[in-house]
Amino acid sequence: MNVVALSGSIAGSKTRTAMDYTAASLQKQLPDADVTLLDLAEYNVQFSDGRHHLDYDGDTGYVVRTIMQADAVIIGTPVFQASIPGTLKNLFDLLPGDAFSGKVVSILVTAGSAKHYLIAEQQLKPILGYMKAEIVQGYVFIEEKNFHQKQITDDDVLFRIDRLVEDTAFRTGVLTRIQEEQDSAYDF
Amino acid sequence: MMQHYGINESKGLEFGIYTLGDHLPDPHTGERISAQQRIQEIIEFAKLADEAGLDFFSVGESHQEYFATQAHAVVLAGIAQATEKIKLGSSSTIISTSDPVRVYENFSTVDLISGGRAELVAGRASRIGLFDLLGYDIRDYEALYEEKFDLLRQINEQEKVTWSGDYRAPLRNAQVLPRPQKGKLPIWRAVGGTPQSAMKAGYAGVPMFMAHLGGPVDAFKQTVDAYREAATAGGFDPAELPVATAGFFYAAETTQQALQEMYPHVNEGMKRTNGRGFSKQMFAQGADTRSVMNIGSPQEIIEKILHQHEVFGHQRYIAQIDFGGVPFDKLRKNIEIIATDILPEVRKHTAK
Repeated sequence: MNVVALSGSIAGSKTRTAMDYTAASLQKQLPDADVTLLDLAEYNVQFSDGRHHLDYDGDTGYVVRTIMQADAVIIGTPVFQASIPGTLKNLFDLLPGDAFSGKVVSILVTAGSAKHYLIAEQQLKPILGYMKAEIVQGYVFIEEKNFHQKQITDDDVLFRIDRLVEDTAFRTGVLTRIQEEQDSAYDF
Repeated sequence: MMQHYGINESKGLEFGIYTLGDHLPDPHTGERISAQQRIQEIIEFAKLADEAGLDFFSVGESHQEYFATQAHAVVLAGIAQATEKIKLGSSSTIISTSDPVRVYENFSTVDLISGGRAELVAGRASRIGLFDLLGYDIRDYEALYEEKFDLLRQINEQEKVTWSGDYRAPLRNAQVLPRPQKGKLPIWRAVGGTPQSAMKAGYAGVPMFMAHLGGPVDAFKQTVDAYREAATAGGFDPAELPVATAGFFYAAETTQQALQEMYPHVNEGMKRTNGRGFSKQMFAQGADTRSVMNIGSPQEIIEKILHQHEVFGHQRYIAQIDFGGVPFDKLRKNIEIIATDILPEVRKHTAK
Protein backbone atom coordinates (compact mmCIF):
# COMPACT_ATOMS: atom_id res chain seq x y z
CA MET A 1 0.00 0.00 0.00
CA ASN A 2 1.28 3.40 -1.01
CA VAL A 3 0.06 6.26 1.19
CA VAL A 4 0.86 9.95 0.89
CA ALA A 5 0.49 12.42 3.76
CA LEU A 6 0.24 15.76 1.98
CA SER A 7 0.87 19.10 3.64
CA GLY A 8 -0.91 21.42 1.23
CA SER A 9 0.47 24.83 2.14
CA ILE A 10 3.83 26.58 1.84
CA ALA A 11 3.01 29.00 4.69
CA GLY A 12 2.87 28.39 8.42
CA SER A 13 3.71 25.31 10.45
CA LYS A 14 0.49 23.88 11.95
CA THR A 15 -0.53 21.74 8.99
CA ARG A 16 2.99 20.35 8.70
CA THR A 17 3.05 19.61 12.44
CA ALA A 18 -0.23 17.72 12.14
CA MET A 19 0.97 15.86 9.03
CA ASP A 20 4.22 14.84 10.76
CA TYR A 21 2.11 13.14 13.41
CA THR A 22 -0.21 11.72 10.73
CA ALA A 23 2.70 10.22 8.77
CA ALA A 24 4.12 8.69 11.96
CA SER A 25 0.72 7.28 12.85
CA LEU A 26 0.40 5.84 9.32
CA GLN A 27 3.77 4.13 9.57
CA LYS A 28 2.92 2.78 13.02
CA GLN A 29 -0.47 1.42 11.98
CA LEU A 30 0.75 0.20 8.57
CA PRO A 31 4.31 -1.07 9.07
CA ASP A 32 4.37 -2.63 5.58
CA ALA A 33 3.06 0.42 3.73
CA ASP A 34 5.15 2.94 1.81
CA VAL A 35 4.37 6.21 3.57
CA THR A 36 5.49 9.45 1.95
CA LEU A 37 5.24 12.80 3.66
CA LEU A 38 4.83 15.37 0.88
CA ASP A 39 5.14 18.93 2.13
CA LEU A 40 4.54 21.41 -0.70
CA ALA A 41 6.74 23.91 1.19
CA GLU A 42 9.76 21.73 0.34
CA TYR A 43 9.20 21.82 -3.40
CA ASN A 44 9.22 24.47 -6.06
CA VAL A 45 5.96 23.60 -7.79
CA GLN A 46 5.04 25.55 -10.92
CA PHE A 47 1.58 26.78 -11.79
CA SER A 48 -0.55 24.47 -13.86
CA ASP A 49 -0.40 25.40 -17.55
CA GLY A 50 -2.74 22.72 -18.79
CA ARG A 51 -0.17 20.26 -20.08
CA HIS A 52 -0.48 16.46 -19.70
CA HIS A 53 0.52 15.49 -16.16
CA LEU A 54 3.41 13.31 -17.42
CA ASP A 55 4.93 16.36 -19.13
CA TYR A 56 5.83 18.16 -15.89
CA ASP A 57 9.43 17.74 -14.77
CA GLY A 58 11.59 18.69 -11.79
CA ASP A 59 9.84 19.25 -8.45
CA THR A 60 6.45 19.59 -10.13
CA GLY A 61 6.89 16.28 -11.89
CA TYR A 62 7.92 14.60 -8.64
CA VAL A 63 4.92 15.95 -6.72
CA VAL A 64 2.46 14.97 -9.47
CA ARG A 65 3.93 11.47 -9.84
CA THR A 66 3.91 10.92 -6.07
CA ILE A 67 0.19 11.71 -5.88
CA MET A 68 -0.65 9.68 -9.01
CA GLN A 69 1.14 6.58 -7.66
CA ALA A 70 -0.60 6.68 -4.27
CA ASP A 71 -3.35 4.28 -3.22
CA ALA A 72 -4.44 6.73 -0.55
CA VAL A 73 -3.81 10.40 0.18
CA ILE A 74 -4.40 12.19 3.46
CA ILE A 75 -4.68 15.85 2.56
CA GLY A 76 -3.65 18.31 5.24
CA THR A 77 -4.77 21.86 4.60
CA PRO A 78 -5.00 25.15 6.44
CA VAL A 79 -7.83 27.61 5.78
CA PHE A 80 -6.85 30.75 3.92
CA GLN A 81 -9.41 33.49 3.19
CA ALA A 82 -12.24 31.11 3.99
CA SER A 83 -10.96 28.50 1.52
CA ILE A 84 -8.13 26.09 0.74
CA PRO A 85 -4.72 27.61 -0.06
CA GLY A 86 -3.84 28.35 -3.66
CA THR A 87 -0.94 25.89 -3.47
CA LEU A 88 -3.36 23.03 -2.86
CA LYS A 89 -5.76 24.15 -5.59
CA ASN A 90 -2.79 24.41 -7.95
CA LEU A 91 -1.85 20.81 -7.17
CA PHE A 92 -5.38 19.73 -8.11
CA ASP A 93 -5.09 21.75 -11.34
CA LEU A 94 -1.84 19.96 -12.22
CA LEU A 95 -3.57 16.57 -12.09
CA PRO A 96 -5.92 14.93 -14.60
CA GLY A 97 -9.64 15.35 -13.95
CA ASP A 98 -10.14 11.88 -12.51
CA ALA A 99 -6.78 11.69 -10.74
CA PHE A 100 -8.29 10.36 -7.50
CA SER A 101 -10.25 7.57 -9.16
CA GLY A 102 -9.51 4.35 -7.26
CA LYS A 103 -7.85 6.26 -4.41
CA VAL A 104 -9.04 6.82 -0.86
CA VAL A 105 -8.69 10.48 0.11
CA SER A 106 -9.12 11.81 3.62
CA ILE A 107 -8.89 15.29 5.04
CA LEU A 108 -7.22 17.05 7.94
CA VAL A 109 -7.88 20.78 8.40
CA THR A 110 -6.06 23.29 10.55
CA ALA A 111 -7.70 26.66 11.15
CA GLY A 112 -7.52 29.71 13.34
CA SER A 113 -11.15 29.51 14.32
CA ALA A 114 -13.95 26.99 14.66
CA LYS A 115 -15.97 29.21 12.32
CA HIS A 116 -14.07 27.58 9.45
CA TYR A 117 -15.33 24.10 10.24
CA LEU A 118 -17.47 23.68 7.11
CA ILE A 119 -14.84 24.94 4.65
CA ALA A 120 -13.66 21.38 3.92
CA GLU A 121 -17.24 20.20 3.54
CA GLN A 122 -18.26 22.95 1.17
CA GLN A 123 -15.08 23.68 -0.74
CA LEU A 124 -12.68 20.76 -0.60
CA LYS A 125 -15.04 17.78 -0.84
CA PRO A 126 -16.73 19.00 -4.05
CA ILE A 127 -13.32 19.16 -5.76
CA LEU A 128 -12.37 15.69 -4.49
CA GLY A 129 -15.76 14.32 -5.55
CA TYR A 130 -15.30 15.77 -9.04
CA MET A 131 -11.88 14.17 -9.22
CA LYS A 132 -13.47 10.79 -8.37
CA ALA A 133 -11.94 10.34 -4.90
CA GLU A 134 -13.30 7.74 -2.49
CA ILE A 135 -13.64 10.29 0.30
CA VAL A 136 -13.45 9.40 3.97
CA GLN A 137 -16.36 11.58 4.98
CA GLY A 138 -15.36 12.40 8.52
CA TYR A 139 -12.39 14.73 8.77
CA VAL A 140 -10.11 15.99 11.51
CA PHE A 141 -10.45 19.69 12.27
CA ILE A 142 -7.75 21.20 14.46
CA GLU A 143 -7.87 24.71 15.87
CA GLU A 144 -4.92 26.97 16.50
CA LYS A 145 -5.42 26.67 20.25
CA ASN A 146 -4.49 22.96 20.02
CA PHE A 147 -0.92 23.80 18.94
CA HIS A 148 2.01 25.14 20.91
CA GLN A 149 5.60 25.46 19.65
CA LYS A 150 5.05 23.08 16.71
CA GLN A 151 3.47 20.44 18.93
CA ILE A 152 -0.09 19.26 19.22
CA THR A 153 -1.01 19.85 22.84
CA ASP A 154 -4.39 18.14 23.00
CA ASP A 155 -4.49 14.35 23.25
CA ASP A 156 -8.00 14.30 21.84
CA VAL A 157 -6.61 15.64 18.54
CA LEU A 158 -4.09 12.78 18.45
CA PHE A 159 -6.88 10.24 19.00
CA ARG A 160 -8.85 11.80 16.15
CA ILE A 161 -5.86 11.68 13.81
CA ASP A 162 -5.25 8.02 14.75
CA ARG A 163 -8.88 7.26 13.90
CA LEU A 164 -8.61 9.10 10.57
CA VAL A 165 -5.49 7.08 9.74
CA GLU A 166 -7.22 3.84 10.72
CA ASP A 167 -10.28 4.66 8.61
CA THR A 168 -8.06 5.61 5.66
CA ALA A 169 -6.05 2.40 5.90
CA PHE A 170 -9.09 0.19 6.34
CA ARG A 171 -10.97 1.74 3.45
CA THR A 172 -7.93 1.54 1.16
CA GLY A 173 -7.70 -2.19 1.82
CA VAL A 174 -11.40 -2.65 1.18
CA LEU A 175 -11.30 -0.51 -1.97
CA THR A 176 -8.50 -2.70 -3.35
CA ARG A 177 -10.68 -5.77 -2.71
CA ILE A 178 -13.70 -4.09 -4.34
CA GLN A 179 -11.60 -3.35 -7.44
CA GLU A 180 -10.28 -6.92 -7.52
CA GLU A 181 -13.76 -8.35 -7.15
CA GLN A 182 -15.13 -6.09 -9.89
CA ASP A 183 -12.26 -6.94 -12.23
CA SER A 184 -12.66 -10.67 -11.53
CA ALA A 185 -16.16 -10.45 -13.00
CA TYR A 186 -14.49 -10.02 -16.40
CA ASP A 187 -12.84 -13.03 -17.93
CA PHE A 188 -9.99 -11.09 -19.46
CA MET B 1 -17.71 16.58 -54.19
CA MET B 2 -16.31 13.70 -52.14
CA GLN B 3 -14.36 12.74 -55.26
CA HIS B 4 -12.34 15.88 -54.61
CA TYR B 5 -10.94 13.92 -51.66
CA GLY B 6 -10.63 10.68 -53.61
CA ILE B 7 -13.62 9.11 -51.91
CA ASN B 8 -16.19 7.16 -53.90
CA GLU B 9 -19.27 6.56 -51.76
CA SER B 10 -20.74 4.12 -54.25
CA LYS B 11 -18.14 1.63 -52.99
CA GLY B 12 -19.31 1.97 -49.40
CA LEU B 13 -17.56 2.99 -46.21
CA GLU B 14 -13.80 3.13 -46.62
CA PHE B 15 -11.82 0.96 -44.23
CA GLY B 16 -8.35 1.96 -43.07
CA ILE B 17 -5.69 1.23 -40.49
CA TYR B 18 -3.71 3.69 -38.46
CA THR B 19 -0.73 3.36 -36.18
CA LEU B 20 0.53 5.94 -33.71
CA GLY B 21 3.94 4.41 -34.29
CA ASP B 22 4.12 3.42 -30.63
CA HIS B 23 7.03 1.23 -29.63
CA LEU B 24 5.96 -0.65 -26.51
CA PRO B 25 6.73 -4.02 -24.94
CA ASP B 26 4.35 -6.91 -25.53
CA PRO B 27 2.78 -7.29 -22.04
CA HIS B 28 2.26 -11.03 -22.60
CA THR B 29 6.03 -11.57 -22.87
CA GLY B 30 7.51 -8.37 -21.43
CA GLU B 31 9.73 -8.15 -24.52
CA ARG B 32 10.11 -5.11 -26.75
CA ILE B 33 11.27 -5.48 -30.33
CA SER B 34 13.93 -3.08 -31.64
CA ALA B 35 12.93 0.25 -33.20
CA GLN B 36 14.25 -1.07 -36.50
CA GLN B 37 12.04 -4.15 -36.34
CA ARG B 38 9.04 -2.04 -35.29
CA ILE B 39 9.46 0.26 -38.30
CA GLN B 40 9.94 -2.72 -40.64
CA GLU B 41 6.81 -4.32 -39.22
CA ILE B 42 4.79 -1.14 -39.73
CA ILE B 43 5.83 -1.17 -43.39
CA GLU B 44 4.96 -4.87 -43.61
CA PHE B 45 1.62 -4.21 -41.87
CA ALA B 46 0.80 -1.59 -44.53
CA LYS B 47 1.75 -4.07 -47.24
CA LEU B 48 -0.65 -6.67 -45.81
CA ALA B 49 -3.41 -4.05 -45.63
CA ASP B 50 -2.74 -3.11 -49.25
CA GLU B 51 -2.80 -6.73 -50.44
CA ALA B 52 -6.04 -7.31 -48.49
CA GLY B 53 -7.73 -4.48 -50.37
CA LEU B 54 -8.06 -2.00 -47.51
CA ASP B 55 -8.47 1.64 -48.48
CA PHE B 56 -6.14 3.60 -46.23
CA PHE B 57 -3.08 3.32 -43.99
CA SER B 58 -1.64 6.08 -41.84
CA VAL B 59 1.28 6.65 -39.48
CA GLY B 60 1.43 9.08 -36.57
CA GLU B 61 4.06 11.51 -35.28
CA SER B 62 4.86 11.47 -31.55
CA HIS B 63 8.12 12.86 -30.18
CA GLN B 64 8.35 11.03 -26.89
CA GLU B 65 9.49 7.87 -25.18
CA TYR B 66 7.88 4.62 -26.41
CA PHE B 67 7.39 5.86 -29.99
CA ALA B 68 9.37 5.05 -33.13
CA THR B 69 7.88 7.03 -36.05
CA GLN B 70 8.91 10.58 -35.19
CA ALA B 71 10.00 10.86 -38.86
CA HIS B 72 6.62 9.58 -40.01
CA ALA B 73 6.91 11.03 -43.52
CA VAL B 74 10.08 8.97 -44.03
CA VAL B 75 8.25 5.83 -42.87
CA LEU B 76 5.41 6.70 -45.25
CA ALA B 77 7.92 6.95 -48.10
CA GLY B 78 9.02 3.39 -47.30
CA ILE B 79 5.39 2.30 -47.30
CA ALA B 80 4.73 4.16 -50.56
CA GLN B 81 7.45 2.14 -52.23
CA ALA B 82 6.28 -1.16 -50.73
CA THR B 83 2.58 -0.83 -51.60
CA GLU B 84 0.52 -0.44 -54.77
CA LYS B 85 -3.05 0.73 -54.30
CA ILE B 86 -3.72 1.71 -50.70
CA LYS B 87 -4.05 5.42 -49.86
CA LEU B 88 -1.45 6.72 -47.40
CA GLY B 89 -1.62 9.41 -44.77
CA SER B 90 -0.51 10.71 -41.41
CA SER B 91 -2.32 10.31 -38.10
CA SER B 92 -1.39 12.87 -37.44
CA THR B 93 1.28 15.30 -38.62
CA ILE B 94 1.95 17.84 -35.88
CA ILE B 95 1.83 20.91 -38.06
CA SER B 96 2.19 23.31 -35.08
CA THR B 97 5.85 22.45 -34.56
CA SER B 98 6.85 21.95 -38.18
CA ASP B 99 7.39 24.21 -41.15
CA PRO B 100 4.37 23.78 -43.45
CA VAL B 101 6.64 24.22 -46.48
CA ARG B 102 8.80 21.27 -45.47
CA VAL B 103 5.78 19.20 -44.53
CA TYR B 104 4.21 19.87 -47.91
CA GLU B 105 7.44 19.02 -49.74
CA ASN B 106 7.62 15.72 -47.84
CA PHE B 107 4.03 14.72 -48.46
CA SER B 108 3.95 15.72 -52.12
CA THR B 109 7.11 13.63 -52.52
CA VAL B 110 5.41 10.67 -50.81
CA ASP B 111 2.54 11.33 -53.19
CA LEU B 112 4.83 11.09 -56.23
CA ILE B 113 6.59 7.97 -54.93
CA SER B 114 3.22 6.32 -54.33
CA GLY B 115 1.67 7.41 -57.61
CA GLY B 116 -0.85 9.89 -56.16
CA ARG B 117 -1.91 8.10 -53.00
CA ALA B 118 -0.80 10.55 -50.28
CA GLU B 119 -3.03 12.42 -47.84
CA LEU B 120 -2.20 14.61 -44.87
CA VAL B 121 -3.93 14.78 -41.50
CA ALA B 122 -2.78 17.80 -39.49
CA GLY B 123 -3.01 17.80 -35.70
CA ARG B 124 -1.92 19.79 -32.67
CA ALA B 125 -0.31 17.12 -30.45
CA SER B 126 -1.81 15.91 -27.20
CA ARG B 127 1.55 16.05 -25.49
CA ILE B 128 3.95 18.96 -25.31
CA GLY B 129 7.42 17.43 -25.16
CA LEU B 130 7.93 18.23 -28.83
CA PHE B 131 7.45 21.96 -28.16
CA ASP B 132 10.63 21.91 -26.03
CA LEU B 133 12.41 19.51 -28.38
CA LEU B 134 11.72 21.54 -31.50
CA GLY B 135 11.95 24.99 -29.93
CA TYR B 136 8.39 26.24 -29.66
CA ASP B 137 6.49 27.86 -26.81
CA ILE B 138 3.57 25.89 -25.43
CA ARG B 139 1.75 29.20 -24.86
CA ASP B 140 1.40 29.45 -28.64
CA TYR B 141 -0.24 25.99 -28.83
CA GLU B 142 -3.44 27.12 -30.56
CA ALA B 143 -2.07 30.06 -32.55
CA LEU B 144 0.78 27.94 -33.98
CA TYR B 145 -1.66 25.30 -35.15
CA GLU B 146 -4.19 27.63 -36.72
CA GLU B 147 -1.57 29.73 -38.52
CA LYS B 148 0.46 26.81 -39.82
CA PHE B 149 -2.59 24.81 -40.82
CA ASP B 150 -3.85 27.80 -42.84
CA LEU B 151 -0.47 28.14 -44.55
CA LEU B 152 -0.38 24.42 -45.32
CA ARG B 153 -3.78 24.65 -46.99
CA GLN B 154 -2.74 27.74 -48.93
CA ILE B 155 0.34 25.93 -50.26
CA ASN B 156 -1.96 23.11 -51.34
CA GLU B 157 -4.31 25.47 -53.17
CA GLN B 158 -1.66 27.61 -54.89
CA GLU B 159 1.66 26.63 -56.40
CA LYS B 160 3.02 30.12 -55.71
CA VAL B 161 2.33 31.52 -52.28
CA THR B 162 2.61 35.01 -50.86
CA TRP B 163 2.08 34.87 -47.15
CA SER B 164 3.06 36.43 -43.85
CA GLY B 165 2.36 35.43 -40.27
CA ASP B 166 3.69 35.47 -36.72
CA TYR B 167 5.54 32.16 -36.50
CA ARG B 168 7.40 31.82 -39.77
CA ALA B 169 9.35 34.04 -42.14
CA PRO B 170 7.10 35.57 -44.83
CA LEU B 171 6.81 33.98 -48.26
CA ARG B 172 6.88 36.18 -51.35
CA ASN B 173 5.64 34.51 -54.47
CA ALA B 174 7.32 31.34 -53.18
CA GLN B 175 7.05 28.20 -55.26
CA VAL B 176 6.60 25.04 -53.20
CA LEU B 177 7.71 21.96 -55.14
CA PRO B 178 7.23 19.23 -56.10
CA ARG B 179 3.51 19.38 -56.74
CA PRO B 180 1.46 16.26 -55.99
CA GLN B 181 0.30 14.08 -58.86
CA LYS B 182 -3.32 15.30 -58.90
CA GLY B 183 -2.36 18.90 -58.21
CA LYS B 184 -3.59 18.85 -54.63
CA LEU B 185 -3.37 16.62 -51.56
CA PRO B 186 -6.40 15.73 -49.47
CA ILE B 187 -5.72 17.62 -46.20
CA TRP B 188 -7.75 16.73 -43.10
CA ARG B 189 -8.03 18.36 -39.72
CA ALA B 190 -7.33 16.00 -36.81
CA VAL B 191 -10.01 16.33 -34.13
CA GLY B 192 -9.74 14.70 -30.70
CA GLY B 193 -13.47 14.29 -30.24
CA THR B 194 -14.49 17.64 -28.76
CA PRO B 195 -17.02 19.75 -30.67
CA GLN B 196 -14.90 22.95 -30.50
CA SER B 197 -12.15 21.65 -32.74
CA ALA B 198 -14.67 19.91 -35.01
CA MET B 199 -16.48 23.21 -35.50
CA LYS B 200 -13.25 24.91 -36.63
CA ALA B 201 -12.85 22.18 -39.26
CA GLY B 202 -16.46 22.73 -40.31
CA TYR B 203 -16.28 26.53 -40.59
CA ALA B 204 -13.14 26.17 -42.75
CA GLY B 205 -14.74 23.49 -44.97
CA VAL B 206 -11.97 21.00 -44.17
CA PRO B 207 -12.53 17.22 -43.90
CA MET B 208 -12.49 15.92 -40.33
CA PHE B 209 -10.43 13.02 -38.98
CA MET B 210 -11.94 12.24 -35.56
CA ALA B 211 -9.90 9.98 -33.27
CA HIS B 212 -11.18 8.63 -29.98
CA LEU B 213 -10.06 6.31 -27.19
CA GLY B 214 -13.53 5.13 -26.29
CA GLY B 215 -16.94 6.25 -25.16
CA PRO B 216 -20.53 6.09 -26.35
CA VAL B 217 -21.29 6.45 -30.06
CA ASP B 218 -23.97 9.02 -29.22
CA ALA B 219 -21.45 11.33 -27.55
CA PHE B 220 -19.36 11.47 -30.72
CA LYS B 221 -22.45 12.05 -32.82
CA GLN B 222 -22.66 15.48 -31.19
CA THR B 223 -19.17 16.23 -32.50
CA VAL B 224 -20.08 15.06 -36.01
CA ASP B 225 -23.30 17.09 -35.92
CA ALA B 226 -21.43 20.17 -34.70
CA TYR B 227 -18.96 19.73 -37.55
CA ARG B 228 -21.64 19.54 -40.24
CA GLU B 229 -23.62 22.46 -38.75
CA ALA B 230 -20.48 24.60 -38.68
CA ALA B 231 -19.73 23.63 -42.29
CA THR B 232 -23.21 24.73 -43.34
CA ALA B 233 -22.81 27.99 -41.40
CA GLY B 234 -19.45 28.51 -43.12
CA GLY B 235 -21.10 28.24 -46.54
CA PHE B 236 -19.97 24.68 -47.32
CA ASP B 237 -22.06 21.67 -48.24
CA PRO B 238 -21.51 18.95 -45.59
CA ALA B 239 -22.39 16.37 -48.24
CA GLU B 240 -19.12 17.26 -49.93
CA LEU B 241 -16.97 17.01 -46.80
CA PRO B 242 -15.77 13.57 -45.72
CA VAL B 243 -15.65 12.50 -42.07
CA ALA B 244 -13.30 9.78 -40.84
CA THR B 245 -13.45 8.13 -37.43
CA ALA B 246 -10.53 6.33 -35.85
CA GLY B 247 -10.21 4.19 -32.74
CA PHE B 248 -9.32 0.90 -31.07
CA PHE B 249 -10.10 -2.24 -33.05
CA TYR B 250 -9.41 -5.90 -32.39
CA ALA B 251 -11.12 -8.92 -33.88
CA ALA B 252 -10.84 -12.55 -32.81
CA GLU B 253 -13.03 -15.63 -33.23
CA THR B 254 -15.04 -14.77 -30.13
CA THR B 255 -15.60 -11.52 -28.26
CA GLN B 256 -14.15 -13.10 -25.14
CA GLN B 257 -10.98 -14.00 -26.99
CA ALA B 258 -10.74 -10.50 -28.48
CA LEU B 259 -11.08 -8.86 -25.06
CA GLN B 260 -8.61 -11.31 -23.49
CA GLU B 261 -5.97 -10.81 -26.16
CA MET B 262 -6.22 -7.03 -26.52
CA TYR B 263 -6.84 -5.80 -22.97
CA PRO B 264 -3.27 -6.19 -21.62
CA HIS B 265 -1.90 -4.29 -24.64
CA VAL B 266 -4.24 -1.35 -24.15
CA ASN B 267 -3.95 -1.33 -20.36
CA GLU B 268 -0.16 -1.59 -20.15
CA GLY B 269 0.35 0.65 -23.19
CA MET B 270 -1.83 3.38 -21.68
CA LYS B 271 0.02 3.13 -18.38
CA ARG B 272 3.30 3.83 -20.13
CA THR B 273 2.16 6.48 -22.60
CA ASN B 274 -0.66 8.16 -20.68
CA GLY B 275 0.23 7.57 -17.04
CA ARG B 276 -2.75 5.38 -16.18
CA GLY B 277 -4.26 2.09 -17.30
CA PHE B 278 -7.61 1.43 -18.96
CA SER B 279 -10.44 0.19 -16.72
CA LYS B 280 -11.69 -3.34 -17.40
CA GLN B 281 -15.25 -2.10 -17.11
CA MET B 282 -14.71 0.48 -19.86
CA PHE B 283 -12.91 -2.06 -22.00
CA ALA B 284 -15.67 -4.66 -21.56
CA GLN B 285 -18.16 -2.05 -22.77
CA GLY B 286 -16.07 -1.85 -25.94
CA ALA B 287 -17.88 -5.00 -27.09
CA ASP B 288 -21.29 -3.30 -26.79
CA THR B 289 -22.90 -1.87 -29.92
CA ARG B 290 -23.29 1.51 -28.23
CA SER B 291 -19.55 1.82 -27.60
CA VAL B 292 -17.40 3.42 -30.25
CA MET B 293 -14.55 0.91 -29.78
CA ASN B 294 -14.63 -2.02 -32.17
CA ILE B 295 -13.49 -5.01 -30.16
CA GLY B 296 -15.12 -8.41 -30.59
CA SER B 297 -16.00 -11.21 -32.96
CA PRO B 298 -16.21 -10.41 -36.69
CA GLN B 299 -20.02 -10.52 -36.62
CA GLU B 300 -20.22 -8.14 -33.66
CA ILE B 301 -17.75 -5.75 -35.22
CA ILE B 302 -19.72 -5.72 -38.47
CA GLU B 303 -22.85 -4.78 -36.52
CA LYS B 304 -20.99 -2.12 -34.59
CA ILE B 305 -19.45 -0.52 -37.68
CA LEU B 306 -22.79 -0.53 -39.47
CA HIS B 307 -24.43 1.06 -36.43
CA GLN B 308 -21.70 3.72 -36.31
CA HIS B 309 -22.18 4.36 -40.00
CA GLU B 310 -25.91 4.80 -39.49
CA VAL B 311 -25.28 7.30 -36.66
CA PHE B 312 -22.28 9.21 -38.07
CA GLY B 313 -22.85 8.89 -41.81
CA HIS B 314 -19.07 8.90 -42.10
CA GLN B 315 -17.03 8.03 -45.18
CA ARG B 316 -14.02 6.29 -43.66
CA TYR B 317 -13.40 4.14 -40.60
CA ILE B 318 -9.81 3.74 -39.45
CA ALA B 319 -8.83 0.93 -37.09
CA GLN B 320 -6.02 1.13 -34.53
CA ILE B 321 -4.98 -2.49 -33.98
CA ASP B 322 -1.30 -2.39 -33.13
CA PHE B 323 -1.25 -0.31 -29.94
CA GLY B 324 0.79 -1.59 -27.00
CA GLY B 325 3.08 -4.15 -28.62
CA VAL B 326 0.53 -6.41 -30.33
CA PRO B 327 2.66 -9.16 -31.94
CA PHE B 328 2.86 -9.21 -35.71
CA ASP B 329 1.12 -12.57 -36.18
CA LYS B 330 -1.95 -11.08 -34.45
CA LEU B 331 -1.86 -8.08 -36.77
CA ARG B 332 -1.71 -10.45 -39.72
CA LYS B 333 -4.66 -12.41 -38.33
CA ASN B 334 -6.68 -9.21 -37.89
CA ILE B 335 -6.02 -8.14 -41.47
CA GLU B 336 -7.19 -11.58 -42.60
CA ILE B 337 -10.42 -11.31 -40.61
CA ILE B 338 -11.04 -7.77 -41.90
CA ALA B 339 -10.47 -8.82 -45.50
CA THR B 340 -12.47 -12.06 -45.48
CA ASP B 341 -15.28 -11.45 -42.96
CA ILE B 342 -15.70 -7.76 -42.17
CA LEU B 343 -14.88 -5.74 -45.26
CA PRO B 344 -17.27 -7.48 -47.72
CA GLU B 345 -20.23 -7.10 -45.33
CA VAL B 346 -19.46 -3.50 -44.44
CA ARG B 347 -19.06 -2.52 -48.08
CA LYS B 348 -22.22 -4.38 -49.13
CA HIS B 349 -24.37 -2.58 -46.57
CA THR B 350 -22.88 0.89 -46.87
CA ALA B 351 -22.45 1.25 -50.64
CA LYS B 352 -24.56 4.09 -52.05
